[in-house]
Amino acid sequence: MSTGEKYLAAAYLVVFAAVLIYVVLIALKLTRIERELSELARLAEERRGG
Amino acid sequence: MLLIAGLGLALLWAPEDADQGPSQRIFYIHVPVALTAYVCFAWAAWKAFRLLWKRDDRADLESYTAVHMGVIFGVLTLVTGSIWAKISWGVWWTWSERQLVLFLILFLFYSAYFMLRYSTEPGPRRARTSAVYALFGVVLLPVSFLAIRLAEQVLHPAPLFNRDGPQMSASMFFTFCVCLAAMLALAGALYRIELTGKRVDARLRELREHLT
Repeated sequence: MSTGEKYLAAAYLVVFAAVLIYVVLIALKLTRIERELSELARLAEERRGG
Repeated sequence: MLLIAGLGLALLWAPEDADQGPSQRIFYIHVPVALTAYVCFAWAAWKAFRLLWKRDDRADLESYTAVHMGVIFGVLTLVTGSIWAKISWGVWWTWSERQLVLFLILFLFYSAYFMLRYSTEPGPRRARTSAVYALFGVVLLPVSFLAIRLAEQVLHPAPLFNRDGPQMSASMFFTFCVCLAAMLALAGALYRIELTGKRVDARLRELREHLT
């Protein structure tokens, strides 16, 4: 692999890695939202019951 | 699909540049990413304008999300640009190129947006202040964009277009267009997801305040 090809691969990998990290962060955020939603549903249920 | 097509065309189909060799293919990712960052900042300014002009409250979150996306694409522009600079010019960065410095100023200006936004309490005042700031940044967009055309070409390549049309072969131009469309589609998709996430977050916060 020539030096030019190494730099080319690095540039494309940086963008690919950034998109991948972003997708992982979105997945983590969705998990948090789901957890908070369950908690709020439980709170609403308690208030209705009590 | 567009991303895969763009990647395939850029790495396998587009002809190799006689001067720069394989590293010239960085162009197909660096320039679309940079143009996408400009589009995101312009979109943020448009939404800020709508907030101030039409009193459209939803535009605050839209403007904020667009700045968020613009800064991400700005980081990628700087990183891919640095990699290209290292192989082409032998340095990661040079302060003598006005285009580079102006893009850095634009990037830092929008990065400071978050400091401003989080230094004030949520509410209409924060929305208005953030909108004014995002709108001010729009002045830097044509300055940064036109710098590539107006500045003397020392190191940074000449613009893609001039009065005679695109300054590259038809296959290179086609590849560039596919890559640009792919990058804009990616930014659009991420913008929608991020915006939905932020809206759901805001709704959850309101709901929590009601319940507790």
